[in-house]
Formats: sequence, structure tokens, C-alpha cells
Amino acid sequence: MLSRVANSIYWLGRYLERAENYARFIDVNFNLMLDLPPGLKAQWEPLVLATGDLELYQQTYHDFDKRSVIHFMALDKSNPNSILSAITYARENARIVRENLSKETWEKINELFHLLNKSTERTIWGKKDPRSFFEKIRYSILLLYGLADGTVARTEAWYFRSLGMYLERADKTSRILDVKYHMLLPSPEEVGSPLDFLHWTALLKSVSAFNTYRRLYGKIESNGLLEFLVFNRQFPRSIYFCLKEAEDCLHMISDSRTNDFNNNAEKEIGALRSKLAFSDINDIIKTGLHESIDEIQQKINIISSEIELNFFQIRHEPFTQNQSQ
Amino acid sequence: MDLSNYQCAGLFDEMFQEDGTCRGHYHPFEKLLKRTHPKKLKQLQFSANKSQLAMGMTFNVYHNEEGLEKILHLDIIPRIIPNPEWLKLEAGLKQRVNALNHFIQDIYNEQEILNDGVVPRDLIENSKDFLKPCIGLTPPKGIWCHITGTDLIRDKNGEYFVLEDNLRCPSGVSYMLESREIIKKAFPNVLNKAGVMPVSNYPARLLNMLQNLSEKEKPVVGVLTPGIYNSAYFEHSYLALQMGVELVTGEDLIVKDHKVYMQTTKGFEPIDVIYRRIDDTFLDPTAFNPDSLLGVSGIFDAYKAGTIALANAPGTGVADDKAVYAYVPDIIKYYLNEDPILNNVPTYLCRKPDERQYVLDHIDELVVKETNAAGGYGMLIGPKASAEEHEKFRQLITANPTNYIAQPTLSLSTVPTLVEDNVECRHVDLRPYVLYGEDIDVIPGALSRVALKKGSLVVNSSQGGGSKDTWVLY
Repeated sequence: MLSRVANSIYWLGRYLERAENYARFIDVNFNLMLDLPPGLKAQWEPLVLATGDLELYQQTYHDFDKRSVIHFMALDKSNPNSILSAITYARENARIVRENLSKETWEKINELFHLLNKSTERTIWGKKDPRSFFEKIRYSILLLYGLADGTVARTEAWYFRSLGMYLERADKTSRILDVKYHMLLPSPEEVGSPLDFLHWTALLKSVSAFNTYRRLYGKIESNGLLEFLVFNRQFPRSIYFCLKEAEDCLHMISDSRTNDFNNNAEKEIGALRSKLAFSDINDIIKTGLHESIDEIQQKINIISSEIELNFFQIRHEPFTQNQSQ
Repeated sequence: MDLSNYQCAGLFDEMFQEDGTCRGHYHPFEKLLKRTHPKKLKQLQFSANKSQLAMGMTFNVYHNEEGLEKILHLDIIPRIIPNPEWLKLEAGLKQRVNALNHFIQDIYNEQEILNDGVVPRDLIENSKDFLKPCIGLTPPKGIWCHITGTDLIRDKNGEYFVLEDNLRCPSGVSYMLESREIIKKAFPNVLNKAGVMPVSNYPARLLNMLQNLSEKEKPVVGVLTPGIYNSAYFEHSYLALQMGVELVTGEDLIVKDHKVYMQTTKGFEPIDVIYRRIDDTFLDPTAFNPDSLLGVSGIFDAYKAGTIALANAPGTGVADDKAVYAYVPDIIKYYLNEDPILNNVPTYLCRKPDERQYVLDHIDELVVKETNAAGGYGMLIGPKASAEEHEKFRQLITANPTNYIAQPTLSLSTVPTLVEDNVECRHVDLRPYVLYGEDIDVIPGALSRVALKKGSLVVNSSQGGGSKDTWVLY
């Protein structure tokens, strides 16, 4: 497939996943705030930290109040990662590769774009509960995933989109873990308190994992939770699971063997995935959670640029690319 | 819907005769229209436009930040053409495209028509669309104009006239195809009753035609687009999708040893035929416009070497120049020794002294056009212009007669169009599409463009025109 098209499909996957995650984060945080004991200040700052866009936020906004944070994450055009921006980019990428999409997929992306594009503050804060707005966005994207699942052939295009989706998801799970751990880590006397429980619950819900975690691990406590979100082999939002899927996509694209590599993207992702496969919660505690998460994020960035170099970059000198790998 | 108030006095209406009775080929639709409540029609219209938006059937409006993308308003009342009328159109279009193809081949090679003085040499050789790099070239199978979108209008008497031969990259065919799909949903039963010929196999025919240009058994075909900011991007991607071929931009292509390759995730892959939707002079910065960022360096050399086929062939634009247009009847006679089946709008060439004098004397009755301008620029509509403007154009014509032609003002035919709760008459034109592959093939359908403003003759999409599904009957 054309490099330019592969690039657009990959980013289509990333932007949709990003928008879906943001919509979920806002929704969950909103719910959490409803549960907080009276007198406790609502915490919206962690959400901005989770996105990695703190600096950008502080250029325009002064407080971390609910409205500002939600506006920043949902409708702010100057924020390249806001839901509106992500959906606009996703739709632009979809337009570029439209001949590769099913009719339904394109139409649903288009509808979502038009919905967001005409959304204003009033749409969110108007008559209705703001959560219904974000729910609509989430469901639109999940519908797109469902449509794709049932209608799209598993060709290169499929694997590039999935690759983008899983890398983005791994990144978002790692970010939410990092920030929640740092910002909401209760002081020792609060461990096991109702507030602690609420925070961990919110964290699980922000990755749509509350029920699954309960079934698999039972008790809500930090180690089990970390184990679940970083190493779990079955849960589709654990970092390990996402990396494994992304790695498989790369092998499907290159038609190469699973335990081998023939480009740097496969090499880097294989190394990170294996490292996680042979680590456990004790290794994280030894290294420190923040440090471990930071390392994972940096590796994901490296994988991302290797994908870019290997598949997408337009080369002006033909017939040399296979040698450079 | 009550149609008794419909009025189109003094004009030729596609549906109603002068005495107010409906023309025979419209009967099944009239029946349907009469028993449909205006509210229901409005609803159908609303959902038609909504699905246009959902499909992304939009064109970009340049320099308009707010509504960057607009839909080409589709009016749900179809324009219907009876079979005998269509057969004549079809024969006329085939004849015209055939003759024009002979003409282009000739002027880039033997130039017999110029040597014989049928078409003035300077008119061709001074035309900015006469591409010198094409001299001596014969494209694959001798075909230059693979896709033609001819604009036609009907006058007061219902007679068809060719307004323009679009031989470069005529657009709008995707609207013809998608409009049909929308109208099928709006009026599911009447198409069958009326007996409407299908248009849906156009992409397959287009693909066949393109593949025919290569000697390879399974040639790789691509549609070359300037990109998503081009006003016709929807169409480019639509056609690529419908044909199942790659949609490429200039940056995806590279030329090596006179062969064109696409850059893919697995390296460079050859491409054999390109349906290019970018202008001649942007096609290759090394051969034509050096400032072009859209094209592909060296692609023209590859074309000359015969390793890539381009549709339409570069250089066809010289034959749809407004001054050359006036000679098309002569061109048909010259190459085919036949009388033209379809008429030209009578055209006065200001380069000819007697015709110039006529134009200068009757400028207040005529439409004056600059020969190489398009989109309504450099135009004077005599009956609507002031005495001052008449004088200004008289001077322009006298100073540079070659640059101007003039035509009588024609009144375009009208067609019933849904306006709010009412059906009113609006002016309409017709753009059928002709494919030149193994045979010359006229698609039984067209893009009908409607002026949505009352009394307006402007059907241009960028100036508020709309469109209609066009039914050609069996």
C-alpha cells in the first residue's frame, strides 16, 4: 500500500483512540467528583497532567476548574489533542484514505465530525447532563470499531489502523496510571480508606476495567491494579496486551516471523514487549512506578518514530530502501 | 402537490408543454408528484441533502473559512430525457468526440487541417493550451480525449446546442452516480415504472477504458489527485474507490529510468496508467510549469517513452478553446465528411472582419467572451450591460480581436424544481459523459445543473447552482 496512505490510516487509528480515551477520562472524572465527600476540592488538574499538555494548558487557563479543563480537553481548537482536534484530524486522514474505507465507516466518522464541529459550550453544559455528550462520542467511536470489525478486510490497511490504535491505547493507559499514582496517591494513613477506594475505582473505570478487574482480582488494591493494567495477558487495555497486539500487526504487515525482526520498529517493540513479558510487579516496585512508566512511554515514542521511518517517510532516492533496513 | 400554478411562459420547459399539459415521458413522475404532499416532498429533500453531507459529497469553496465544504444541492425532482431524444444526443456526442480526437492528433502531427487552411494556423499555435512538448506525439492507441464532459443547453424551441467541449478533466460524474443512489432511496418505485437506464456501471467502464491503454495483462491503474484541498477531491477519491485503484498524489510517484513508480510500504511499485485530475501544466515541473508542487518530475518523459499512459492525454485543452469551438462543425466535416448532428451555439469570431463588424454593431444583443477565460470571467452580457460597458468592450475587441468571440443570448430551457413548499421553473443545462476506449461510449445519464435563483442563467456550482438526477429512458 502507498506509504502516504499507510501513514494516514495509522494516524486515523491513533486519533480515534485518543478521542475515545479523552471522552472516557472526562466522563469518569465527572463521576468521581460526584462521589467525593463534601468539602473536598474537586480535582481536575490530574486530567490535564494525564494528557501531557500541562504547558499548553497553562498558556491559556489559570485555574483547573471543571469547565476550563473540560473545554480544553473537548472543544479547544488550539489544543491539538482535544477531542475536537483529534476527530478533525481523524476525519481528515479518513478523507485521504477514503477509498480504503467502507462506506459506513466513512459516513460515521463524518457524522461524528459534524456533531463535534457544531458543538458549543451549550451542547455540553446546556440542558443535559454533560456526561451524555461524552457518552455519545464514545459510543460513536465504539460503533466505528464495531463496524470496522465486521466489515473491513484484514489487509495491510487494517493492520496499520490497529497498530495506531494499540500504540495509542498503550500510551494512554500508561499515562493514566502514572498521573493517578502520583497525584492521587493518598498519604499512608489514607491507604484503604473510602477515598483511596474511590480513586482506584475511578482509575479502573477510566480504562473501562472495573468489572473485569473485580472478577479477576477481587480486592481493590494498588499492586493488583498495577499488575492488571501493566502485565495482564487478557485485558485489551493493559499495556502488555496492547504492545503484543501492535507487535503482531507489525509482523502481519511485514509478513515476518513472530520471534524475529526485519526492521527497527519490530526490533524495538519486540524488545519492550519481551521485557514486560519477563517482568512482574516487583520489578516495578524496585524501579519505581513513575520511572517504569516513563521508560515505557519513551520506548513507545521510539517505536513510533521507527514506524514512521520505516514505512511512511517519502524517500526521494528510489531502490535503496530495503538495504537501509 | 398541486402543479396547476406552475408557470414558465415563453420558455421551453422539460416537463410541461406550452398549453400546460405534461409531456408524455414525464407522466409516471407527474402522477407521483401529484399524489405526494408538499410536506413529504420537503422531507425527502431534507434527507437527500442530509445524506449528501454524511457521504461527504462536498466540494471545497476556496477562501471561505467558515463553510469550507459545501454540498452541491441536489434537487430531488429529476430531469427526464426520452429515448429518441437521447439517441440523437448520443450519436451527436460520439461524432463530436471522434472528430475532436482526429483534430488533436492532426495538429500535433501532420497539421493537415492547418495546411489546408480550414482552421487558422495562428489560432492554434498561439493558443496557450497548445503544448509544444506534445508535437510529434501519438498517445497509446491514438486516443487523446478519453473522458469528455460536454455541456449542452436547449433553446426556446427545445433544440440542443453544445455550449462547451470539456476535454481536460471534466468533473461532476461522481455527482451523477451518487445522486442516482439518493434518488433511488427517495422515489424507490417510480424509476422502475418510468424505465430509467442505469448509470452505475460507469466506474467499471472507466476502468476498462483505462486498462485498455496499457499492453500489460493486468496494468496497475491510479487516479492522480492534487489532494484533499482540491475542490473536486470527493470525486477523485470516489472514482478511485469505485474502480478499486490507488488514489495517488504527486508525492507518491517517482520516475526512474523513464518509468513511473509508486512509493509503498514495501518499496517502489510500478504504475502503468494514470487517470490524472490535475491540469496539463502542473503535471510535470520539468516539462511544463516549474513552480508546480503537485506534479511528478520526469513523468512527461516517461509518457513520451510510452511506459505510462495518461488520461486525458496532455495537450487536449487546445481543442476546447472558445475560439476553436467555433470551428468544430468545420472540423467534423473535414475529418468525417459528415454534417454535425449537434449544433454549436452560433459564434461570431471577432478575428474575422465581417463578423467583428457585426459584433460591434450588435453588442447590446450579444454575449461577448474572452477566448481563453473561464468561469464567467472576461465576459460581457450585452442585454444586461450599460452603454459604458458596451463601449469598453468595443474598444477591447478592436484592440485585440483574436481574443474575443460573441454569441447570441440564448434562453436556457427550464425544469420543475422544488423551492420551499412549491415547484417552480428553473434554468438547466446538461453535461453527459463520453468515454473513448475501444469504442466511444456515451453514459446514459448526465449531470444536470440548475440555477437555483429565480430567472438566473448561472448554473455554476461555485455560484449557487444546484444539480438534478438525470433520467434517460429506455
